[in-house]
Amino acid sequence: MPDLSHLRADFPILHQQVGEHPLIYFDSAASSQKPRQVIDALVHYYERDNANVHRGLHELSNRSTANFENVRARVARFIGAAQAEEIIFTRGTTEGINLVAHAWTSQFLQKDDIVIVTGMEHHSNLVPWQLATQRCGAVLKHVPILDDGTLDLEELEHLLTNGPVKLLACVHISNSLGTVNPVRDICARASALGITTLVDGAQAVGHVPVNVQDIGADFYVFSGHKMCAPTGIGVLYGRLDLLSQLPPWHGGGEMIESVTLEQSTYKAAPARFEAGTPDIAGVIGLGAAIDYLEGVGLENIQAHGRELTAYAVAKLVELPGLRLLGPPPPADRASLAAFTLACAHTHDLVEFANTQGLALRGGHHCTQPLMKRFKAPGTSRASFYLYNTQAEVDRMIDILRQAISFFS
Amino acid sequence: MALSDDLRDLYQQVILDHSRSPRNHGRLEGEGCLHVHGDNPTCGDEIDVWVKIGPEGQVEDIKFEGQGCAISQASASMMTVKMKGADAARLRTLMQDFRAVVTGEGQVQDEDALGELTLLEGVQKFPQRVKCATLAWRAVEQALQQSQSGGHA
Repeated sequence: MPDLSHLRADFPILHQQVGEHPLIYFDSAASSQKPRQVIDALVHYYERDNANVHRGLHELSNRSTANFENVRARVARFIGAAQAEEIIFTRGTTEGINLVAHAWTSQFLQKDDIVIVTGMEHHSNLVPWQLATQRCGAVLKHVPILDDGTLDLEELEHLLTNGPVKLLACVHISNSLGTVNPVRDICARASALGITTLVDGAQAVGHVPVNVQDIGADFYVFSGHKMCAPTGIGVLYGRLDLLSQLPPWHGGGEMIESVTLEQSTYKAAPARFEAGTPDIAGVIGLGAAIDYLEGVGLENIQAHGRELTAYAVAKLVELPGLRLLGPPPPADRASLAAFTLACAHTHDLVEFANTQGLALRGGHHCTQPLMKRFKAPGTSRASFYLYNTQAEVDRMIDILRQAISFFS
Repeated sequence: MALSDDLRDLYQQVILDHSRSPRNHGRLEGEGCLHVHGDNPTCGDEIDVWVKIGPEGQVEDIKFEGQGCAISQASASMMTVKMKGADAARLRTLMQDFRAVVTGEGQVQDEDALGELTLLEGVQKFPQRVKCATLAWRAVEQALQQSQSGGHA
């Protein structure tokens, strides 16, 4: 495992006590912590460069606009997009999916058409499609999940080749199971059948190397806050020829060419989809986060996450009454482990852990259908990022043993 | 490793015992039985309460099933023990007093009647768990409203 422990010094928040215990932050899949470099970039922006973008001719606005657009190009390179115009800034993954679920469906989805999702989607990649298909009388189908926490690919093939399927929305890495889906193969198959693809990369970007052209997704969405950037900023990548065919979603300033009292004409992407003053500071923070992560190296981050998770999983499965969800070792698994304990409900366990300084996440993780599929009222989830260590995993195992003896 | 006093207060042995071996667990069937389902959608606690209210408003029988955290299940179990056989007035006091115990707001009128339910006082230190402790109680409130409006679930 690459030794990244020196990076902990970059994250001020990690160096605190919870009660009498040092904080162990194992909830990065919900939101990651931010390095000093990102915090400094925000401070610098507000102290030196703050002004609205794209509409001033003064020094600060010029500077702000240049920095803002530089990050767009930076994001494009980071995820392997062909050009900066394919990067639309959003508030986060959820907004990116809703944008597509509105703009794309209004143009391309009709009554009786089919949209396919998977049984492991976060609610944010499920509910927008329920709403969109209900609006136009289309049909929503889902790919079942096998007992090992992977997609039923045979059933996926069956679904893709039956009826007027127009779009497939699929998560890259499951936030509840840690499953890494074969999105490259899935997108290739869907594209060959003329089906548009959207991949939810919320748990992938910043954790593993992502190249959207290599994956072959038509749309790819992610959030900044799960990859060391601030909350409130996210990215929708869309293939430019596809974006060019989409109508606007939100109307307002910045997205128009000319406006009369009766009607308006609209700018091309990405401006067409960025009405109103954007989260400029968030974009600056996102740029700093990408610089930081690339400085560490995505391959290093991936290797660290993979090995730390394998280490944790090997110890977790030895605990009495523990049931691990998701792909069993040695299958590839993202940097998280979700489990149930026979003796304690997840909220009792998470409460117990909290009193020992350990931040776990408990509940359904915004994947209620998946919890039902695995007959779990909820799970406890430990999720890791580049600043976590084996020593912290050892401490978690101690705390879990203590909890088991307390609740048994 | 030392466990905090707050945690030990929250999970007293009596509470853990009720959660492991719930009393009045099961269903009721037959004429005059009310059934209410309650859940905490954000945390996944679920409870089904069956209650039979007599002509004078007394609780003739009460049972529950559910899944969820120790607090929600223990509270349901302890609640059924105290409610079974209670007349309408006692039921009302019990419900008001229990709310006062877990929220720390309002006066407890009859602490003796609450008995071991006062052990759930530890929830006060964990505000997010109040809704766990009150889940079954809210279901009974709903059943009583149904009973008063004459509707049967």
